[in-house]
Amino acid sequence: MMFVPGNNPAMMQDAFIYGPDSIMLDLEDSVTMAEKDAARLLVHHALKTIDYGNTEMVVRVNPLSTPYGRKDVEAVVKAGVHVIRMPKTETADEIVELEREIEKVEREIGCLGRTRIMAAIESTLGVVNAFAIATASKRMMGIALGAEDYCANLKTQRSPEGNELLLARQTIVVAARAAGIDALDTVYSNLNDMEAFRKEVELIKGLGFDGKSIINPRQIEIVNEVFAPKPKEIEKARTIIAAIREAEQRGTGVVAVNGKMVDRPVVIRAERTINLAIASGILKEEDLL
Amino acid sequence: MSNIKERMQDIKVAAQKMGKAVYEDRQSPKHITPRQEYQKECSKVTTLEEAILKSGLRDGMTISFHHHFRGGDKVVNMVVEKLAAMGFKNLHLASSSLQDVHTPLIEHIRNGVITKISTSGLRGDLANEISHGLMEEPVIFRSHGGRGSAIATGDLHIDVAFLAASSCDPLGNACGYSRSEEPKSICGSLGYALPDAQYADKVVIITDDLVPYPNTPNSISERNVDFVVEVPSVGDSSKIASGAIRDTKNPRDILLAKQAAKVIINSGYFRNGFSIQTGSGGASLAAVKYIREEMLAQNIKASFALGGITAHMVKLHEEGLIERLIDVQSFDKVAAESLKNNPMHKEVSANEYASADEPGSATHYLDIVILSALEVDENFNVNVLVGSDGIIRGAIGGHPDTAADSALSIIVCPLLRGRIPCVVENVTTLITPGSTVDVVVTEYGIAVNPRRPEIAERLQKAGLNIVDIHALKNKAESIIGHAAPLPFGNKVVGVVMNRDGSVMDVIKNIEA
Repeated sequence: MMFVPGNNPAMMQDAFIYGPDSIMLDLEDSVTMAEKDAARLLVHHALKTIDYGNTEMVVRVNPLSTPYGRKDVEAVVKAGVHVIRMPKTETADEIVELEREIEKVEREIGCLGRTRIMAAIESTLGVVNAFAIATASKRMMGIALGAEDYCANLKTQRSPEGNELLLARQTIVVAARAAGIDALDTVYSNLNDMEAFRKEVELIKGLGFDGKSIINPRQIEIVNEVFAPKPKEIEKARTIIAAIREAEQRGTGVVAVNGKMVDRPVVIRAERTINLAIASGILKEEDLL
Repeated sequence: MSNIKERMQDIKVAAQKMGKAVYEDRQSPKHITPRQEYQKECSKVTTLEEAILKSGLRDGMTISFHHHFRGGDKVVNMVVEKLAAMGFKNLHLASSSLQDVHTPLIEHIRNGVITKISTSGLRGDLANEISHGLMEEPVIFRSHGGRGSAIATGDLHIDVAFLAASSCDPLGNACGYSRSEEPKSICGSLGYALPDAQYADKVVIITDDLVPYPNTPNSISERNVDFVVEVPSVGDSSKIASGAIRDTKNPRDILLAKQAAKVIINSGYFRNGFSIQTGSGGASLAAVKYIREEMLAQNIKASFALGGITAHMVKLHEEGLIERLIDVQSFDKVAAESLKNNPMHKEVSANEYASADEPGSATHYLDIVILSALEVDENFNVNVLVGSDGIIRGAIGGHPDTAADSALSIIVCPLLRGRIPCVVENVTTLITPGSTVDVVVTEYGIAVNPRRPEIAERLQKAGLNIVDIHALKNKAESIIGHAAPLPFGNKVVGVVMNRDGSVMDVIKNIEA
């Protein structure tokens, strides 16, 4: 998910050419008070006029407690945004309130249920309430960590190893998995240290995250490289899926591949590998037929 | 017969038969001065004013310059100021190119010192004034290869060439680098100055490093030099480019570079012994980085890199990935130093580089060239000279030469520069005909000239995003809208010559 300031037309215009899975146009922290209205208009028109192809479009609105939040929600829902990202979410009630706002606009324009929600968890209270937030609405598609605010709240700062974020990260992944939605990790802002960025992406992939928030197109390649399954993994996954299909046709329940029993978790992992390979462009759907 | 006196009769007969005189010993005195002193008496070394006077330059004649110091050139302004002070009028200034630094020419044009210009390009205030109609005579624009040809054929006759050199000996052996311990200014190759040195009636070398004879290996030979003038400085080398390899961090350039590299790797021309030329833009330079990785992976070596040589190319040469460098212009200090130090780094003249009428010129043996563009149109025509605002802001360079002669020409340009579309219905000025352009790489997809279906097929097979050029133009228009026509006037301010000596296009004055 690539962050793009909602007040920068040049960046909004062609952010998708770099191939991020999703683009988050920001109306919150990257837009100054004086530019809130202009940015909202700009984002509204960008969503309506620019052909972003298959990219998932997300807008980070201002909190509903500010004078801008409700106007933001109205403008972007009307423009057909896929996902609204609620910043600094601390309780499930905030999601319920956001859902009410979204529904109001959707009813008005006749597209009830179109807009999904993602919550950014950026405080200790948010981490404690992670599961409640993740399950606060059927529109919830993911929860994400916002590490800068979280660290300030925790009274510490980010370190290269990221020990201070471990509990928050694991809590968010567990809550997301339990709720059946996606978990997204925080941004990494030092663009001059791509090796450290790669290490962080490897770490969060290992923790179970589904993806990483990024602030520059140059980070996309590394995220894709880390998340893309390796050829050996793909081969193994394909063997497992093939064995399962064969077993289903024969009507047998239990399957063994290379002498090892294949049970349900193994199948789920194999399916996830194949899906990631397709998403990364390594495999084509027709290759599977 | 043991003695020459006894043979004299026969000597006379032999001389008579051959129509020659018989040798007479005139007992002329030997010059016994030690040669280090003697060479200082060489009559070629003089002041700029003396050189001008002795050259026989008159009003209405053609003077020429090279642009190897690019934005750091000091010689054009220095010489024209001297000519103005000496009262010359109505001169034709024929430089291989002109830059921002040549703004003072505006005054000399207004005062009638310069009334005609031939060049590869114009930039800055001078370009702006000329675009608005400063001159009565249109500026003649030629490609680098085209200029070389025009000089060789006499289309462009040079009366006096004033050529900056980084080092020169009193006899006129000159180079674009210096072997002095602390060289004052270096520019590397003098490729664009070599036709001037060869064909101009009189040649004045202007140097800030007058070194003892012999300044070998030399690039301009004393045989072509009439005068040598020493001045405090001929150019600011730091303005050619620092030379440090700095990878671009612009994500769009990186994206374009990766796409261009993929085009090359999958084009069918990426094989052992291939030859390549790249421009100096961020995307071109970054493409070299990705091509290098693939050369290492596939164990492929290039036979030569051509053209403007950069630090990137020098690095590949020194790593053994490119066997030879053929250098008409050094784009940075690293390249200039390499020309001095690497035996397989060869300097060539503009004619050897890119003449259309010399079948042996290097461009004819070029597999792949990566070029940039201000505009590309739906017929693959390219403009690199005149901005979308109608104001001259670039240079033809070797663009049409390399596009025409190479086996595969690739144009890399963003679809949009801010609010300016780069793929358009018709180019503002025709510089490189579409029939010579094979592939256009943009961030919204790659368009292949329908004349090269085999390339399109190979790239498609490699999974690249091949799009129709019309679709690119429509995409740009859908984002930016349709531009209003430019307010051109009726005066022709520039004439674009094709490299074969024919007139290809004209540039009208802009009224806004």
